[in-house]
Amino acid sequence: MDKNMTDLARRNFMSKAVAAAGLTVIPGVMLYEVQARPADQAATNKVRWGMLIDTNKCEDGCNDCVTACQTENGWGSGSNNEQKSSDKQKAQWIRKVKLTDKQTGHVQSLPLMCQHCETAPCVDVCPTGASMKRADGIVLVDKHTCIGCRYCMMACPYKARSFIHEDMHDQEVHAPRGKGTVESCTMCVHRVDKDGTPACVEACTKADKKAMMFGDLNDPSSAISIRLKEFGGEQIRADLGLNTGVRYQGL
Amino acid sequence: MLLRQLSKLIQSKPILIVAGLLLVLPFSINAEEQVGPVVPKAKAKATAENGCVAPIADMRKNHMEKLLHQRDDTLREGVRTKQYSLAECINCHVSENKETGITPSFGDDKHFCSSCHNYAAVKVDCFQCHNDKPKNKNYKHSLTDNPMKHHNDMALNNEKLNKETLDVLTSSGGSK
Repeated sequence: MDKNMTDLARRNFMSKAVAAAGLTVIPGVMLYEVQARPADQAATNKVRWGMLIDTNKCEDGCNDCVTACQTENGWGSGSNNEQKSSDKQKAQWIRKVKLTDKQTGHVQSLPLMCQHCETAPCVDVCPTGASMKRADGIVLVDKHTCIGCRYCMMACPYKARSFIHEDMHDQEVHAPRGKGTVESCTMCVHRVDKDGTPACVEACTKADKKAMMFGDLNDPSSAISIRLKEFGGEQIRADLGLNTGVRYQGL
Repeated sequence: MLLRQLSKLIQSKPILIVAGLLLVLPFSINAEEQVGPVVPKAKAKATAENGCVAPIADMRKNHMEKLLHQRDDTLREGVRTKQYSLAECINCHVSENKETGITPSFGDDKHFCSSCHNYAAVKVDCFQCHNDKPKNKNYKHSLTDNPMKHHNDMALNNEKLNKETLDVLTSSGGSK
């Protein structure tokens, strides 16, 4: 018993010491903080954008991230909702997935979208080079060269991509969408390039759920890296070794 | 000498002359009308001599090259300068009809791009994916004395102008 108490005391001391050390480190680390990139400079591999999703905070029934993505990128509602397509065919950049443990009845809810893999299968299989990964880790479809073969949709283990079957009008300016091409989550690349955060993360934070986090995985001082280091984060289908940019906690 | 030959010709072959006049006639009548497409005017001009983002002649001939280059730079590298951005072209060049309140779509002769593309019968597929109308109907150039209104976001990098910015500023009549 005594021994345990002393251990606990030691542990308290150690955690305080570590916290103090952390504080002294932070001012030095701030020097490496990535500045907003000017509009005329290309994205570099110094940063790797990623997301962290805490499934314990993600509420079953809440759809804020999906709605935010729809309004931001112009899909799934209004004039951009493919009228003639079935629900299975319609665009789905991000969706909510509900997992129920049959044994215990425990329910988990999480948003699933393009996982922005480091070694992305969709990029591997694309015959034209339209499916591509930007230097900063964001996986995109270059619709200028996409021929609509849908190999990438087959290759993606997360079912993250969709194909547009209908003529599109009145698209969002920053999110061009057109018939015969494949599309998926862009991690709101137009916002990220202006030093912003993706619409889904913003909506989740705004609703005070705080289940989603966005940041630079390469920067050890970014909030997301600190959190990942402290609590770890799982990849969905980690067995595939894709090194995803989107990580989950509490799965 | 020449006159004499000509009068001889008129006397000997009057039919030829009539035929020649008939050939020339349609052209002389049509010369009064507008030749080529009616291209809608932009909402604003950056400078009187340079038109918008580059001299007008250059843009007419090479706009596709500039757009092609910009599209790859933007999508693949994340370069988001506004000079040759398609969205900026649309913002300024496509405007609603003041009487009907309708903004023309691509394909309509009144749409800036299709006014010329219809005339020349050149098909483009930009607008299968891109929006052919400005999202912000009240788009105006920001109020500035800068003659190159599109280049306000070209940031100084450590107080040094990068090469692209320098090229733009020096090639365009620049600051006075």
